[in-house]
Amino acid sequence: MLDPAQILTVAGKEFHDRLRNRWVLAVALVFTVFALVIAYFGAAQQGAVGFRSIHLTIASLVSLVIYLIPLIALLLGFDAIVGERERGSLDLLLSMPITRTELLLGKYAGLAAALTVSTVAGFGVVGLVLLPSLDAGATLRFAGFVFTSVLLGCSFLSIALMLSVFATDRTRASGLAIACWFFFVLVFDLLLLGGLVATSGRWGGDVFGWLLLANPTDVFRVLNIFTIDEMRSLHGLASVFPEALARPWLLVAVMISWVVVPLAVAARRFRNLA
Amino acid sequence: MDATSRTRSDDAVVHARGVCRRYGPVEAVRGVDLDIRPGELFGLIGHNGAGKSTLFRMMLGLLRPDAGSLRIDGCETTAPAFRDTRRHIGYLPENVVLYDNLNAEETLRFFARLKRLERPGIGDALARVGLAHAARRPVREFSKGMRQRLGFAQALLGQPRILFLDEPTNGLDPEAIAGFYATLAQLRDQGTTVVLTSHILAEIQQRVDRLAIMASGGIRVCGSVQALREQLDLPLVFHLRVAAQDRAAVTEGLTGLAGVQLEDTPAGLRARCPRAGKMQLLARVGSLSARIQDLTLHEPSLEDVFFGFSD
Repeated sequence: MLDPAQILTVAGKEFHDRLRNRWVLAVALVFTVFALVIAYFGAAQQGAVGFRSIHLTIASLVSLVIYLIPLIALLLGFDAIVGERERGSLDLLLSMPITRTELLLGKYAGLAAALTVSTVAGFGVVGLVLLPSLDAGATLRFAGFVFTSVLLGCSFLSIALMLSVFATDRTRASGLAIACWFFFVLVFDLLLLGGLVATSGRWGGDVFGWLLLANPTDVFRVLNIFTIDEMRSLHGLASVFPEALARPWLLVAVMISWVVVPLAVAARRFRNLA
Repeated sequence: MDATSRTRSDDAVVHARGVCRRYGPVEAVRGVDLDIRPGELFGLIGHNGAGKSTLFRMMLGLLRPDAGSLRIDGCETTAPAFRDTRRHIGYLPENVVLYDNLNAEETLRFFARLKRLERPGIGDALARVGLAHAARRPVREFSKGMRQRLGFAQALLGQPRILFLDEPTNGLDPEAIAGFYATLAQLRDQGTTVVLTSHILAEIQQRVDRLAIMASGGIRVCGSVQALREQLDLPLVFHLRVAAQDRAAVTEGLTGLAGVQLEDTPAGLRARCPRAGKMQLLARVGSLSARIQDLTLHEPSLEDVFFGFSD
């Protein structure tokens, strides 16, 4: 039986730590600056500057988020458990009346809160700048983008905590975190495309679309680009992506499962380490 | 050796029977039987790798024994109910690592919340370890000794029934060490059971009620320091300060006593004497008192006892 008070105590401490060492502020500033620059200069290659339609702005920001948020989330969480173990503070924590699952969930909740506040604050500023030019639908679309950015961060944070539980030391954990980022952000899509080309398109169709669900960054991209008709047409990929997957609720469910599954694996492993 | 002698096991705060723990092929703890009484100040000593830390971690429920039964305050460490028992346990790890971003008061509040203490007594705990003046200072500004004291304050939160202290005087200056043991004595008088490990044997030999010497994963011997000395029958050591011109006469006068071994030292003579021959040697020394400037008698130290049992 989980005790929410114990989870909140650990979460509060983790969140407080990130506030006090200005991590939240620094990351929010990074998001704000990058997002403003991308939103304003995103069309510079086409010879124009300035804020464009919300769909084009989101499309530009999606690329930023896909590179930045997984990296930040992995760096935030990779030493959550292994760091405590290596410093020698894990035994002291576990000597308290707290279970390993509560400790893990508390760590996760605190770090996720810090990441969420940074993300919402960072993109919130951009939202405020864009607000005068947004109608209700566009505002909702931008809110959806921020929400899915938070989900993406939470899913990579969940992966980071899993690595932190499995790794035997911080060096290995950081190596695994970086490898994980490379795989999901850079390599995964190349592999899929390589497979598609190598099989002359025979291995494609619906399978290709479903395989994208195995990568949270692709799910995020799909959620923010392929579910918008205008964007699908713009990218010319409407025919590649199966219609059955173009349902936001399904994709959000997949994102949530990317939060839950790695965390559940981490909790199981952490319990067994006793 | 019967570690449970003089202890009724049903009263024991720490009750271990046949406790074993392996790490792969290595048997870190094997067949440990141990009882520690309520209100006892108990020392656990041994070489590095003797199994102390593993046993300690099992007592705290951080590791599961592979075999045997280990009960703390009447509760099996592997039982779900042990979670509540932990509220009444204070623990100071060997290398206490606290959170640099928090100040002393916040650190204790964090641990008090984890212990679900309604009246944690944070101010009292800080005052007890001499850190009341540093309550609002960030831990990152603390010296090693201050961190150690804060770690001890953390262990004292909520007036625990049992204290597990792993090398508790690491980094403390002599004054702080004296204060630390005075606090332990007070706690023991109030009924708290204290289990501690230390490599500084001279420090604990006068302070623990009983101790256990661990070697190769097992408990080699357990009892009070005095009982262990007697069990080992280590010789007493007399240091005699003798002027150079009197050494030959004193040596001659002490020669022939059963079991007494004499050695020259820069200041005079050292006589090793079986405990049973102590009075006979003293009588002989008395007859030579005109030639002996000073006499000091050394009981075998805990270090002697330790080496005697661990060899």
